[in-house]
Amino acid sequence: MSLPEHLETLRTRVVIEKDSVHNVSSSDYPHQYPGIDSSWNLEKFKEQFQVKINRLSDLEMEFDLIGVDASIANAFRRILLAEVATMAIEKVYVMNNTSIIQDEVLAHRLGLIPIKADPLLFDFKGEEDGPTDLNTIVFKLNVKCERKEGAPKGATDPKDLYTNSQVLSKDLVWEPKGEQAERFADDPIRPVLDDILIAKLRPGQEIDVELHCHKGVGKEHAKWSPVATASYRLLPEIKILKPITGADATKFQKCFPPGVIDIVEENGEKLAKVVNARKDTVSREVLRHKEFEDKVRLTRVRDHFIFNIESAGAIPPQDLFVQAVGVLIEKIKAIKPALAQATGESA
Amino acid sequence: MVSATKDLKQGDHPAKDGFEPLLNETFAGKHLTDPIPEIKDKWKLLPAFLKVKGLVKQHIDSFNYFVNIDLKKIVKANQRVTSDVDPHFFLKYCDIYVGIPERTDADAANQPYTPHECRLRDLTYSANIYVDIEYVRGRTIVRRKKVAIGRLPIMLRSQQCILTGKSEAELAKLTECPLDPGGYFVVKGVEKVILVQEQLSKNRIIVEMDKKNNVMASVQSSTHERKSKTAIIVKHDRIYLKHNSISEDVPIVVAMKAMGVQSDKEIAQLICGNDHDLLDLFSINIEEASKLKIYTQKQALDFIGSKVKVNRKISGPRRPWADEALEVLATVVLAHIPVENLNFREKSIYAAMMVRRVLQAVNHQVEVDDRDYVGNKRLELAGQLLSLLFEDLFKKFNSDLKLNIDKVLKKVNRTQEFDVHNQIILHGDHITSGFIRAISTGNWVLKRFKMDRAGITHVLSRLSYISALGMMTRIASQFEKTRKVSGPRALQPSQWGMLCTSDTPEGEACGLVKNLALMTHITTDNEESPIRNLVFVLGVEDVNMLTGAELYQPNVFVVFLNGSILGITRRAEKFVHDFRRMRRAGRVSEFVSIFINDHQRTINLSSDGGRICRPLIIVENRKPRVTQQHINDLIAEKLTFEDFLKKGLVEYLDVNEESDSNIATYEPDIIPESTHLEIEPFTILGAVAGLIPYPHHNQSPRNTYQCAMGKQAIGAIAYNQLNRIDTLLYLMVYPQQPMVKTKTIELIGYDKLPAGQNATVAVMSYSGYDIEDALVLNKSGLDRGFGRCQVMRKYATMVKQYPNGTHDRLVDPPQPDSELWNSTYAALDADGIASPAEPLESGSIYINKQVPSNTNAELGVGSGVQNITYKGAPMRYKSPQTGYVDKVLLTTTESDQTLIKVLVRQTRRPELGDKFSSRHGQKGVCGIIVQQEDMPFTDLGVTPDIIMNPHGFPSRMTVGKMIELLAGKAGVLAGKLQYGTAFGGSKVADMSQILIENGFSYSGKDYVTSGITGEPLSAYIFFGPIYYQKLKHMVMDKMHARARGPRATLTRQPTEGRSRDGGLRLGEMERDCLIGYGASMLLLERLMISSDAFEIHVCEECGLIGYAGWCQFCKSSKKMKSMQIPYAAKLLFQELMSMNICTRLMLDDAL
Repeated sequence: MSLPEHLETLRTRVVIEKDSVHNVSSSDYPHQYPGIDSSWNLEKFKEQFQVKINRLSDLEMEFDLIGVDASIANAFRRILLAEVATMAIEKVYVMNNTSIIQDEVLAHRLGLIPIKADPLLFDFKGEEDGPTDLNTIVFKLNVKCERKEGAPKGATDPKDLYTNSQVLSKDLVWEPKGEQAERFADDPIRPVLDDILIAKLRPGQEIDVELHCHKGVGKEHAKWSPVATASYRLLPEIKILKPITGADATKFQKCFPPGVIDIVEENGEKLAKVVNARKDTVSREVLRHKEFEDKVRLTRVRDHFIFNIESAGAIPPQDLFVQAVGVLIEKIKAIKPALAQATGESA
Repeated sequence: MVSATKDLKQGDHPAKDGFEPLLNETFAGKHLTDPIPEIKDKWKLLPAFLKVKGLVKQHIDSFNYFVNIDLKKIVKANQRVTSDVDPHFFLKYCDIYVGIPERTDADAANQPYTPHECRLRDLTYSANIYVDIEYVRGRTIVRRKKVAIGRLPIMLRSQQCILTGKSEAELAKLTECPLDPGGYFVVKGVEKVILVQEQLSKNRIIVEMDKKNNVMASVQSSTHERKSKTAIIVKHDRIYLKHNSISEDVPIVVAMKAMGVQSDKEIAQLICGNDHDLLDLFSINIEEASKLKIYTQKQALDFIGSKVKVNRKISGPRRPWADEALEVLATVVLAHIPVENLNFREKSIYAAMMVRRVLQAVNHQVEVDDRDYVGNKRLELAGQLLSLLFEDLFKKFNSDLKLNIDKVLKKVNRTQEFDVHNQIILHGDHITSGFIRAISTGNWVLKRFKMDRAGITHVLSRLSYISALGMMTRIASQFEKTRKVSGPRALQPSQWGMLCTSDTPEGEACGLVKNLALMTHITTDNEESPIRNLVFVLGVEDVNMLTGAELYQPNVFVVFLNGSILGITRRAEKFVHDFRRMRRAGRVSEFVSIFINDHQRTINLSSDGGRICRPLIIVENRKPRVTQQHINDLIAEKLTFEDFLKKGLVEYLDVNEESDSNIATYEPDIIPESTHLEIEPFTILGAVAGLIPYPHHNQSPRNTYQCAMGKQAIGAIAYNQLNRIDTLLYLMVYPQQPMVKTKTIELIGYDKLPAGQNATVAVMSYSGYDIEDALVLNKSGLDRGFGRCQVMRKYATMVKQYPNGTHDRLVDPPQPDSELWNSTYAALDADGIASPAEPLESGSIYINKQVPSNTNAELGVGSGVQNITYKGAPMRYKSPQTGYVDKVLLTTTESDQTLIKVLVRQTRRPELGDKFSSRHGQKGVCGIIVQQEDMPFTDLGVTPDIIMNPHGFPSRMTVGKMIELLAGKAGVLAGKLQYGTAFGGSKVADMSQILIENGFSYSGKDYVTSGITGEPLSAYIFFGPIYYQKLKHMVMDKMHARARGPRATLTRQPTEGRSRDGGLRLGEMERDCLIGYGASMLLLERLMISSDAFEIHVCEECGLIGYAGWCQFCKSSKKMKSMQIPYAAKLLFQELMSMNICTRLMLDDAL
């Protein structure tokens, strides 16, 4: 038995109106809709749940997460931003810094450099813990700017005139401690990117610092966040209620990003057809025009999340999500006994 | 030429409406109805103007004028110094000139010094004033060149300054910022600005109503010798002449007779012409004179002479009354009208003209003048003020010199031949110290003009680049701030284009302190005589040849030059037109203005200094004289702004002439009557208001608020900001140029020295911690450097030397392992000064100075250095926040004392309570800092840096801010900066189009998901970048609380203020609340126990305060009672006692 259309929309779709969004919250709890069993059932969930990877590169991934509640998808997003651990420079020991960048600012800039090191291989460093090869990575940064011998005459570019006129992230030198050299022999620890500008120097200026990286999470400081951003959007859906034809069809097509609407010839007349609603950016442009009033309905599928992860580089995006799931499982493990105790059930 | 052909089909106008000829093609495909082609990039004239004149041209021009011309004029007026003793002796100044700024110590290897060295070493940036002299030595006349008589502080970027004309690279070598406008002085290491002073114009007749609502005409005469005020007043329907040096008001007819116009008929004609209405009004005055029995000049002079206030130092032989009166009338009354050989003709006509103006006003033929009209104002600049000061100092210098000369010449037998040159050299630094004192205190005390003005100079505010710039364009008014009058404070229509309409402070100085608009120029004095000649050549009849009847004929216009009458012309329009042509041809200075006043039937020419003027494009025959070709040449740098002036394409108009012109704002507005075209409308705003994007969409007070706040924004100050050691310096770590800029921003260089960051703003309600304009900040944004700033504070000390040979010393800290060592010594280096980069905690010593315990007594002969005892005077860091030593400067001052400056730096990230503001007068404090994952996010995953509550919009009506967001968002998407220039800028429709093309809603509102629930928000959120400024008010500098702490010595009450760790006062109103509520014990606790409770012992018998257990008055210990009273009360009793008032306490049990 299926629900009437308006109820089905209410149950499964977020409705995009001209000046507001309707049905934002999910309402499929048990006994809400006649004839629909909304109780949670693992088997049913397994059946419905889907993950589809659409795009994957070194730093970025897009995948569809279908069949979960917004709270679950959001939990993953939040964990990705704030609770998946990475390594970042935390302590800066300044031996000498005669650049115009002040010590605090230099330290702040260094902290934000993403470090390519697998955080799973390190421990968190507690307040009282001393630095060990399991909780600290050491870098040295020792650069001095000098005039280049035989610089071309009349050169004005500092790069031609001086050595080390720019301090870049590639100037960070990893100093393996303890067993680190062997453990990371295949994949030496280094900054993710080589060309991050740290400071500019002029002849006579020098930076000599020792850097200690610690493991941390994004909620403490954004430098430990493993992602540039992680977010999701709901799958857009465009429903043409009455046929849109002729010149209106072209106009209708222009209201959406290219590739969303196609125009087909039907009975010698142009007819607008939705081909790929996924590409829609939900600009609501179509709702501005009077001629499309009552002819189109924009909705978004409530349990279809197009998830996008941009890694900062330390952890590949595909691992990031797995780690985020791991963190959530750990949290559940921690809360389950407490919940059981509270409800009087045995864990 | 732009060919814009508009094909109007015949079908559009089916009916015959009589306009058909307009539609016909007239020439080469052009129609009469074609749109007028506009000149593109007309605004490029503005940067060209600023290139020549700079932003603070008024100050620099004025100073240059003083150095080059005024100085020489003053010396010429005072060029001879003679002696009363030796009649053969004289000293003559032949010339005066100013050198370049040089060090005072003669043995320095490099004599010239830089302004920055002066700032750092607390020196005065000054140059020698040299004179060429000619004097008698023995029997010969000696000539000497380049004799220094004193030092003149040099205005930065003036002709004398070494920075003038230097390239950016050269300036960098001198550690000077190329964007710094100059126009200020460096005196004792402090940057001082002489503010522009606004006053009523001199030598012009102002007709107005006095307190009793009677008409009066007054004129402030000002010549080099004298300043005086003459008024023609109406009292009991009769007209009098009023002047300070005459003790009683003189009936006007008597005054006229005294000035040699003896015939009543002539008087009447000079005043009334042939106007019978005026004559009816005036006749009573003639009766008045005859009642006084005054008919001749002699009688009139005797009458006036008896009333002259004699103020004679040398009580010589008493002169007859008539002579006294004659002198006063000739030199003091209406002093600016010259009287040569007792020819009073001109002065009597002038006085008659004043009377006529009064009569006309009484008769309501002509309205009274408006004091607040900008055309009646003159601006006094640094040069004029300095020239007044120099004249005074130079006269004093000469009179001192004369005294010295007389002293020496009096001695009959001199060992040496008298050489006045030695006297000048040894004469001391009267001129030097006079300048320095005046500029550094701001007190201009000139006895000669009875001038005693305070607050002329101010320390240049270096809070931000804009605040410094704003200060250079500021105009201070002479009005008292306390007077509750609205007139001088109101926005004057004549301010258009001259003074900024938005930039004025709030509160008591509102409307009195103004700012110059972007294109204004302030004139300097111009020579009068060539203009006078030209006027007569152009056919003006000399006033001395005329009678009253001719003067006031209906078609006659009287010609004035700088307020004095030159003559008349019968063809006013032609005369004015001819004169303007001469000016456009460059035959007279471009700053000479001419305009017709049709009410008064006068033509006024002005060449005096201090008039506000601005350039405009000349329009002739409905066509602007500037064509596209000219602008193209300007862009190609084939033409400069000066060329535009020379070619007569552009001219300067002052306020009076502007009011007499028809100025079109845009080209399509040009009508047949138009005489000029605006260069760019946004120039009616000043430099500070020019930062606001889309100000024409804002409610006007918001722009005014932003003008005040822009000056408090933290940002980059100057390119040399890290080399400066200022008392307090706020710097932003990552300043950004605004996404939405204005043309003004580019012109003044705000994009190079910005003060703010482009924050992504979501306009929505969030968390309840955003009420009352509070902002929600994103913690990750702060982690990444948003709003991070540095505070640098200078701490300085001198290592002094004392007259007895002792001196302060710096001492190394104790050894770290010794007992004397503690953590306060941690930052110190072996030389006793903290080393750079060391952290300073509260209490840390940064200069370990010791002072000799005896600095007065002479040391014994035998006692060596070992015997001097020292006591510690360490400088301790007081702030509760850790600071880092940024740099240390060790140097010597002019007096060879060692000076140590330590710059301490704090780096701060925004915290709860820090103040932020957008560029639309919308300030707010940070109410909560939220984790990034809790922030709402858009489909692209963007989270805002700032969430702003939408309630900020409806009542403030800052539509400009919304458009800024829209334009900023479009700019981000299109990858380029947008413009929000006033009366122009990127159009909203274009911005929306860019948004749509990039897949966003046209409105700038985005579909946003809550970061907390993960569900979409049911409203679309206005989301995009807005430029936010961090203001200098930070909680860290303000938060304060105390449980116990210091107390004032006298009253034993807690001290006041955060700096003294003071208590928080329970004030009168709070006290009233507690009384009303009846919380008596709480009152007692607050006002006494927790404040200044004091136990006293009172004798019940006599009621006086005694000791514990003993009454000194009763000599008994029987009835002593102890009680608590506020110490302040005890103090009061004792103070009253000291005044012979006995206070007795009557003790009784409390009920």
